[in-house]
Amino acid sequence: MSNIIDLKLFELVEKIKKKEISSQEVTKVFVDRSQKSKKLNSYITENFENALQKAKQFDEKPDFNKKLPGVPLAVKDLFCTKNIRTTAGSKILENFIPTYESTVTQNILNEGGIIIGKLNCDEFAMGSSNETSFFGNVQNPISENLVPGGSSGGSSSALAAKLTPATIGTDTGGSIRQPASFTGTVGLKPTYGSCSRYGIVAFASSLDQAGPMTQNVKDCALMLEVISSYDNKDSTSVDFKRGQYLKDLNENIKGKKIGIPKQYRVDGMPKEIDELWKKGMKIIENNGGEIIEINLPNTNYALPTYYIVAPAEASSNLARYDGVKYGFRSKGENLIDMYEKTRSEGFGDEVKRRIMIGTYVLSSGYYDAYYLKAQKVRRLIKNDFDEAYKKVDAILTPSTPSSAFKIGEKTNDPVSMYLNDIFTVPINLAGLPAISIPAGHDKSGYPLGLQVIGKAFDEQNILNIAYSIEKNINFKNNFNDWWIN
Amino acid sequence: MDKLSKENKEYLIKRNTNEYEVVIGLEVHAQVLSESKLFSTSPTKFGSEPNTQVSLVDAAFPGMLPVINEFCIKQAIKTGIGLNAKINKKSIFDRKNYFYADLPQGYQISQYKNPIVGEGTVTLDLPNGEKKIGIERLHLEQDAGKSIHDIDPNNTLVDLNRSGVALMEIVSKPDLRSLDEVNSYIKKLRSIMRYLGTCDGNMQEGSLRADVNVSVRKKGSKELGTRCEIKNVNSIKFMQMAIDYEANRQVDVIEEGGSINQETRLFDTKKNETRSMRSKEDAHDYRYFPDPDLLPLELDENFINDIKKNIPELPDEKKKRFIEKFKLSPYEANILVSDIDTSKYFEEVSKNSDVKLATNWITGELFALLNEKNLEITESPISSKNLSKLINLIKKGTISGKIAKTIFELMSDGDKDPEKIVEEKGLKQQSDPKELEEIIDKIISENPKNVELYKSGKDKLFGFFVGQVMKSSGGKANPQLVNEILKKKLT
Repeated sequence: MSNIIDLKLFELVEKIKKKEISSQEVTKVFVDRSQKSKKLNSYITENFENALQKAKQFDEKPDFNKKLPGVPLAVKDLFCTKNIRTTAGSKILENFIPTYESTVTQNILNEGGIIIGKLNCDEFAMGSSNETSFFGNVQNPISENLVPGGSSGGSSSALAAKLTPATIGTDTGGSIRQPASFTGTVGLKPTYGSCSRYGIVAFASSLDQAGPMTQNVKDCALMLEVISSYDNKDSTSVDFKRGQYLKDLNENIKGKKIGIPKQYRVDGMPKEIDELWKKGMKIIENNGGEIIEINLPNTNYALPTYYIVAPAEASSNLARYDGVKYGFRSKGENLIDMYEKTRSEGFGDEVKRRIMIGTYVLSSGYYDAYYLKAQKVRRLIKNDFDEAYKKVDAILTPSTPSSAFKIGEKTNDPVSMYLNDIFTVPINLAGLPAISIPAGHDKSGYPLGLQVIGKAFDEQNILNIAYSIEKNINFKNNFNDWWIN
Repeated sequence: MDKLSKENKEYLIKRNTNEYEVVIGLEVHAQVLSESKLFSTSPTKFGSEPNTQVSLVDAAFPGMLPVINEFCIKQAIKTGIGLNAKINKKSIFDRKNYFYADLPQGYQISQYKNPIVGEGTVTLDLPNGEKKIGIERLHLEQDAGKSIHDIDPNNTLVDLNRSGVALMEIVSKPDLRSLDEVNSYIKKLRSIMRYLGTCDGNMQEGSLRADVNVSVRKKGSKELGTRCEIKNVNSIKFMQMAIDYEANRQVDVIEEGGSINQETRLFDTKKNETRSMRSKEDAHDYRYFPDPDLLPLELDENFINDIKKNIPELPDEKKKRFIEKFKLSPYEANILVSDIDTSKYFEEVSKNSDVKLATNWITGELFALLNEKNLEITESPISSKNLSKLINLIKKGTISGKIAKTIFELMSDGDKDPEKIVEEKGLKQQSDPKELEEIIDKIISENPKNVELYKSGKDKLFGFFVGQVMKSSGGKANPQLVNEILKKKLT
């Protein structure tokens, strides 16, 4: 049944429920394909044997009431998984095996999902191309030597290459949506507080959110339903009534008002992206939606604000990796020497850069000028959205200012790398939900995405809008399995 | 060396012709009495095996998040109310960032600019009256773990049992002026928290420690001098020694024409001196910022009011009540209310017996007994029930005060019932006038010479007759009756 890999997640679920295929068959197909796809370097840790065993157990005692009955899934290696190595893409956690399970992966397990492996990512999720991972670059299946985006680059690569029927990533400034856009897949960053952060290796606590990455919008609705939950182990988790995202998914957007922020028309943006955006507007209008120009005047300040807030929190969040309790430890003459050597050798350059930026902006004498000011600007950015949402139900923008770039192209220019997140970062600062869906290709044939941004906790609405666009675009990734010999 | 002028109310340091006033402020760290830690569910029991009370949160494993313990919040609010302080409806937990082996997160969660409790006051009961000490703030924070340097010759060992335990940092204004005031302040704080059940105040176990801020200024000067902070002093005696040393050191520096550097110092209890730990320039930059894992703590009025309603009677109120209701002197009331267990004991005894006698017996005989045996009042060998029985025996005239003391001693061996002792040992007071008259007549007839002398004016001999009667009755004669009858017979 070689066509199993071509099935959508929801189709797999249906077929397993109808006993047309078994969990073992499905798991074996994805494991086999993953094993043949090592060239992509999507995985950091494989859990194949264990997954096949779990699939066998499922088939012996199946529970078809689950939302992911015996479905194999690989997940970003930022989620702590009990008894499965969790590295966050860093040398400092190279051999770290958690004794506990993150809430999000636990939710997947509770719904019958089977973890087949841990996917590559930028070190501590700091990066936009997966090039900061200690475990090496990841190939975008779209084309050789193309980055898969980041930080959830292993996830987007594995998903697009069909090594996993769906996956989850984390998004601090665009780490789900940008790689989704680069690989022609769907990625959703939920409202801050929707998915528990418990057991996710922290990058920037006030921005981090886990979210689904899937082949299509319907799968995305299903995955969101599985992973979103209130969790009293995370004080920032919000106890709101979660929707039945899959059941309530529909393409009817009649009367919906969709905002177009003029500030997102940035200089030097490729023509294709502008055209894509217009195509999106057209579809919305054709489907009965209304396009309204809106103002998000502080958009320009989002990126600098993000690059103060996120490193500040990261500098403190990463202080625990000190060689004392777990993880990598280098030998030192004394405590301070041990700290210095452990952290110098254990962290990569990008992580160190951000720790230094973060330490600097929190230092006495600079705190007011940087961190405090950034917090104020963050509030203004959020106010912009609040203001806009008085007039519109959702906002449509491109997901990224460019398509995927070549491996190595931007590694020596961090600022141009950071600019990749220009359309995604404001959404994290405002804590809003946003989805990226594939909408077209650039002249090189690389995928491009559109982003639908929603009101807080209004995931259903952006899923529906995305669903409506998806139906009218018929996007398809074009690649042969070049990485498989 | 100049000595402290202790006889004076003022604590002044004299050098040549100059007199210096010592200005002291305390930052007291009080461990919150709670079953579990401030942000995790680990237990807080003291003295457990190392690293047996540590959760993944306490050890700062990747992806672990703090969740506030509501009980600790209530404890802090209670304490704030006990300090007559403002409870802030919104407070914020911040991260204080620094690296140390016993600080697993690499930061301590504390409260920086927005503490849970604001300004308040504590009233000290000093020999020459009351004095109010200002409280600047009270905030909640996590304790660190413990580094142990003296078990392994090559390694430092870390015990994380204490890591994450809730502390209240109570910061006073620089209102303290003497060692006696420091003593009184710490004791009063401790007393208030023990009344409230928010801190056990056990200094040996480290439940109460303090950083001491000391500065000196010429007497009469209004400006504060530059202060030095002495870190982590864990007994009142050491606080006093440290302050005394430090104040004198500062005066010496100034007298020699120098100036004080603002710095953090350590008190060496063996050498009885303070040493510089780090100067202001070397001070840590803790990079405080609001902890993004925790939302601001917002309290609603009802939550605070519910706690207010359940605040027990505190030492100041109790003292007032004892003075008004029981007509105790302020001095007596102070002694009885300063410790919650003493006040409980006293109230139990006095509920069933004479208040004045209860006061005297507790502050006299019982305290002496506890002192001698080095016991707390909760461990008293004589229960409040039996002490009130003893007092009732005295009050009813069943036994004399003197016999009572003998009985008290017998009671202390296994909390014996005084009524039974009286019965068994036949210690009941002889109060039958006829029986006493017989004894007295006998004494008078046996001592004609002394009777003669007494009648001729030697009044002092009256005591001799009383003594003889008591001796003859085996100490059981009712002394009041003996007096009356003797007086009648000898005139």
